[in-house]
Amino acid sequence: MTTASAPVLEIRDLSVSFPTETGTVSAVDGVSLDLAAGEIVGMVGESGCGKSVTAMSLAGLLPGSARVTGSVRLDGTQLVGARESALRRVRGREIAYIFQEPMTSLNPVLSVGRQIGEVLQVHERMSRRAARARAVELLTLVGIPSAAQRVDSYPHQLSGGMRQRVMIAMAVACGPKVLVADEPTTALDVTVQAGILQVLRDLRDRLGTSVLIITHDLGVIADIADRVVVMYAGRVVERAPADDLFAQPRHRYTAGLLSASPQPGRHAGTDRLTEIPGLVPVLASQPDACTFADRCPAADEQCRAAAPPLEDVGGTDHVAACWHPCATAPTAAQEANR
Amino acid sequence: MTPQPNALEIADLVMHFGPVRAVDGVSLTIPRGRVTALVGESGSGKSTVGRCVVRLVEPTAGTVRIAGTDVTHLSRRRLRPHRGAVSIVFQDPAASLDPRMLVGEIVAEPLRLAGKRISRRERDARVAPQLERVGLRAEVARRYPHELSGGQRQRVSIARALISEPMLLIADEPTSALDVSVQASVLNLLADLQRDIGFACLFITHDLSAVEYLADDIAVMYLGQLVETGSRERIFARPAHPYTQALLSAAPVADPVRQRHRQPVLLGDDLPSALDPPSGCRFRTRCPLAFDRCATEVPAQTAIGDGMAACHLVRPDGTGPDVRTADPSEVLS
Repeated sequence: MTTASAPVLEIRDLSVSFPTETGTVSAVDGVSLDLAAGEIVGMVGESGCGKSVTAMSLAGLLPGSARVTGSVRLDGTQLVGARESALRRVRGREIAYIFQEPMTSLNPVLSVGRQIGEVLQVHERMSRRAARARAVELLTLVGIPSAAQRVDSYPHQLSGGMRQRVMIAMAVACGPKVLVADEPTTALDVTVQAGILQVLRDLRDRLGTSVLIITHDLGVIADIADRVVVMYAGRVVERAPADDLFAQPRHRYTAGLLSASPQPGRHAGTDRLTEIPGLVPVLASQPDACTFADRCPAADEQCRAAAPPLEDVGGTDHVAACWHPCATAPTAAQEANR
Repeated sequence: MTPQPNALEIADLVMHFGPVRAVDGVSLTIPRGRVTALVGESGSGKSTVGRCVVRLVEPTAGTVRIAGTDVTHLSRRRLRPHRGAVSIVFQDPAASLDPRMLVGEIVAEPLRLAGKRISRRERDARVAPQLERVGLRAEVARRYPHELSGGQRQRVSIARALISEPMLLIADEPTSALDVSVQASVLNLLADLQRDIGFACLFITHDLSAVEYLADDIAVMYLGQLVETGSRERIFARPAHPYTQALLSAAPVADPVRQRHRQPVLLGDDLPSALDPPSGCRFRTRCPLAFDRCATEVPAQTAIGDGMAACHLVRPDGTGPDVRTADPSEVLS
């Protein structure tokens, strides 16, 4: 779902590095991405690919030692290098986060109503009573049954799925334009996950919230994302509408990820999963080369001598950073569907 | 000639931790050389079943037979000769490998525990082919676990589990802590080893795509009890129990075109407490199709092919209603 209007979130050439005892580690390198109003973008990649660091850097949530360069504009306001006081006004109001493990993000000694209300009292200067009433509405919005009673529950009295719904209620309390969901369902069972994804979709549909969802689970991406960004070793290697990406992956890493997960109807007796040999590298600096070359079946001298630019590979809004993109032949996933 | 005993026979297994009824009457048989997946949500008791089988805990009631031997209440000393028949691989290899031991010592540990006194040279000679079998170079024996990647560590766990040539391998979420590309290599490895060596396997997981890839048979667990068992083909094609149907419908497939046409059955979020499970059918509090009888009467196990489903709505011929096609207003209420 792309709209012609200006993007709500505009990320340009964002890079993040961390000084460590053993030298600098480059975590994110030149990431650019737009998020349109009411759009759900999925960001996918393995651990260590820079997904979470990218997400955290958007609202200045990284530790002070991180070196962040580039530009992040939220509704026109520059966030990279903004003052802490300015960022504080933005967080929660304009951009909000939910994380993987709701129990570690919730305060165990406050009722969930108080915690949701706190956001409203701080940002919206609501009275305690008004904040509580609004908290009940928000809990209803995220699908918590008998919200009027649950508002007085403590986090330990709720199941994992309910806690994550509370986190979402808190995140959307001030009607942020952008919701960043970092592995929001990874700690949850599939039956609960389906409900959480439904809540995120509902928020987009009802409130027009843009969602950046970060996950390693391609099933979650297929379920919820309009567009997908694939990250590898700190760089965006492919970006495409979800249908295109799954039907015609062009970057070899994307193709590898897709064929590494077991497809419905396949069994070890007749079929092998495709492995991607090697590991995601930890890079001190970003080389002028394809960082996937060492694990890539199609790599040659060119890949090791120059970094491939993110270029149009045909289709609508489909770009990949690969010197030797996959042919647009039917993928294993498509053949399995036939 | 007497028929060979099954690799694993569990009968009416009960494991209570104080008031927590983690496992409450599970019966399950794994023939030699078969892979049975035990699936269910967290808190269903599936890992506890695995821990009972390797006797990390002593069951409250019921029996566990490994290769025909009743190991349910054997003392540590009497259990030792049977330890080699069953091994376990855990979810997190970082936590299940001793950081102060060399990989070679870790892999050889089961031999030492079996009371075999072997020279260092002999040990190295036994370990090297094990490492090779799981795709690691022999030099890895002289490394420490922290020097290895997550996938390599899980290979070390598998090598350790297989050195005693067990008849049964318990694999408790062996790929859940790993990235997708590494998961693929560990699943391939388990499939290859299982085919070549022919051990039976109890594959405990919540990852349904891995189940379909690796398992021959499937047992679905809910709140301490099995609700359905059957062949992989039958369960994926025609799940009979409403819980199995909901579980399969909720797992997203990595294909947006198909995924968008699927309608997950949304269960309420709350798995009831194992301290005080619901009366009658334990799934009734979340079941979209529950009716009066479900609260009062424990559903009998209806035989379907080689398996069963424990639901009042499943008819003797194995057919029954499907929560995925039931009236959505009814399903979502």
